[in-house]
Amino acid sequence: MGLQIPRRSFLKGALLGLGGVALLPPTANASILDSFFQKHFNEMNESEIKAMIARLEEEATDKWGRKITIDTTKAQAGVRFAYGLDLSRCIGCRKCVHACVAENNQSRDPQVQWISVLRFAKGEKWLDLENSEKYYDPEKVPEEGYFYLPVQCQQCDNPPCVKVCPSKATWQEPDGIVAIDYNWCIGCRYCMAACPYGARRFNWGRPNIDTNDVNPDTHYLGNRPRYKGTVEKCTFCVQRTRAGKYPACVEACPVGARKFGNILDPDSEIRYLIDNKRVFRLKEDLNTEPKFFYFYAT
Amino acid sequence: MSSVLYRAFQGIMQGDRKYWTWVGFLLVIILVGFGAYINQASRGLIVTSMRDQVSWGFYIANFTYLVGVAAAAVLLVIPAYLYNFKPIKEIVLFGELLAITAVAMCIFFVVIDMGQPLRVWHMLPLLGTMNFPDSLLVWDVFVLNSYLVVNLLLVIYALSRLAAGKEYKLGRIMPLILLSIPMAVSIHTVTAFLYNGLSARPFWNASILAPRFLASAFCSGPAIMLLLLQLIRRFTKVEIDNRALFKIAELIAYAMAINLFLLGAEVFKEFYSGSVHVAPLEYLYLGLHGKSMLTPWMWLALGFNVSAFCIFLIPRWRQNIVLLNCGAVLIVIGVYIEKGLGLVVPGFVPDVLGEIYEYWPSATEIMITAGIWAMGALLYTVAIKFAVPIYTGEFLNKLPGQRPAQVTTTKEEA
Repeated sequence: MGLQIPRRSFLKGALLGLGGVALLPPTANASILDSFFQKHFNEMNESEIKAMIARLEEEATDKWGRKITIDTTKAQAGVRFAYGLDLSRCIGCRKCVHACVAENNQSRDPQVQWISVLRFAKGEKWLDLENSEKYYDPEKVPEEGYFYLPVQCQQCDNPPCVKVCPSKATWQEPDGIVAIDYNWCIGCRYCMAACPYGARRFNWGRPNIDTNDVNPDTHYLGNRPRYKGTVEKCTFCVQRTRAGKYPACVEACPVGARKFGNILDPDSEIRYLIDNKRVFRLKEDLNTEPKFFYFYAT
Repeated sequence: MSSVLYRAFQGIMQGDRKYWTWVGFLLVIILVGFGAYINQASRGLIVTSMRDQVSWGFYIANFTYLVGVAAAAVLLVIPAYLYNFKPIKEIVLFGELLAITAVAMCIFFVVIDMGQPLRVWHMLPLLGTMNFPDSLLVWDVFVLNSYLVVNLLLVIYALSRLAAGKEYKLGRIMPLILLSIPMAVSIHTVTAFLYNGLSARPFWNASILAPRFLASAFCSGPAIMLLLLQLIRRFTKVEIDNRALFKIAELIAYAMAINLFLLGAEVFKEFYSGSVHVAPLEYLYLGLHGKSMLTPWMWLALGFNVSAFCIFLIPRWRQNIVLLNCGAVLIVIGVYIEKGLGLVVPGFVPDVLGEIYEYWPSATEIMITAGIWAMGALLYTVAIKFAVPIYTGEFLNKLPGQRPAQVTTTKEEA
């Protein structure tokens, strides 16, 4: 520890510095310029989006070694997504975490996960979250004397991350999903400081996924492969939910603890739960108005 | 006038062995920092110690500290112009140059912290989609750049008048000088609000944060000035009145008194009420769940600040040049710890889900940071080398019929 710099890193740094001076800008090609001048997603017209998607699909296909499609399906009118999580059922198996990673093309190395499952000892204070354990690793779950609380993006109606973003690279879609334009994010990480739920992830290094593990069916605002130096997070699986499917975590949950639906539909399961169960939301005192409801069904 | 400017430019390239050794030394550090940055740019910020839990670190800590240094020019301007304190008035130019240097360094620190620095135009007006007025980061970009421009204008005006051998008419630029005072306060307030507005982070989300920012800035900035002025006095022909130094020291004592009081107020509120929001302060000063990496540093900073306060408070002590310099060094380091890592890290420890990730800057972060400090030092050195001969009228003396310039006000004060 301390301010000592190993001599080797120092010499390496000095050499790299000399090398960097010699390495003048690489020869520009059209794709690099197009990608540099790409506009904000919401400021592009239909034909610009089409051209941009074609370019990104080609780039992604080249890079990840398999044919990748990027969808831009918009939010449907009359839909506002909400999520329910039954704490009385969750067994802390983290199947949701891994289904999410497989579906949403998170980097495997360095490892990025959008869902954190917190473990708490029963009978101890827990709402300040400081006594939680994120890295529990038992032989079998559920463990005697513990309960589990999965946390992911709460898709707030009053999202602090959107408020602080200096470039409007993150915003709330009409169906309530807080989206990120990975090609517009400048990587300042102000949103990560603002998020009270620790939901946002940064690509500290270059994302890596084995070609066979890449999910080729992607959405621009969702699971398309990401870049180094930008922020990402749960999107309620926008690529699936806007196509009428459940999020991957809902499908993966072996105990049915995860519920999902359209909060504007009075007959939806999620509306029934909110109307009839004892629901709560995390850190309600911060007035972020999450659309992620925790409840106890049994 | 142009010949004087030309000779001043030439002067940058002319120096004795000491000068070139110093410049060479800085260039080596800059080169090392640049190399480390190339590595960071190609491999990503993963070469730093920052992670999702502590997503800002040493770079943003240095940025915050330097905003304070930049704001400190105001502490020299206020007594100089508003109260017509002549000994300080003559050295305001050097304060403004420091402000320019510090803002330039701030901009560097923000840019090297970005994951996608080439996209910086996305947050600019007209070019990108600036999130104004919602995002405080946008406000910060706006006030920092305005402050930079105002200080540049002030310096350019002063130097061009002096180069022409004409009087430095304060009346004409008084509006700008007056404007620079609230601007100096605003750059610091906005930077404080940038943290302050985040309800997710109880340590920053305390109303006392902005006042604490200002108080500590009015300690560290002038303390740096104290040291720089003595170096300028030693290496150039500029004469600086000891009274100016003692006055600055006295002002630092008041600022430090307020700074320590505000810290005490915060410590009392958090520890006495003892809610869960005490955790970050506990982490800083006592350690939390056995994690206490910053604790020795925080106590060191407190010790430094209190000792410096005593030195600057007692007139006989602060008028002793050796003690004065000790005090200045103690404050520069003390505030650097307190307002650097001591401010940024506890915002993230414990993190919003209660995890404690202990952050300490990586070798890359230290090398890049050193590189930017060296760039700042080089910028200031060159600026002084350029400005001093103009300021002292050295070149004018050799031209017949012109007299060395003087700083005068429109008001009769002589």
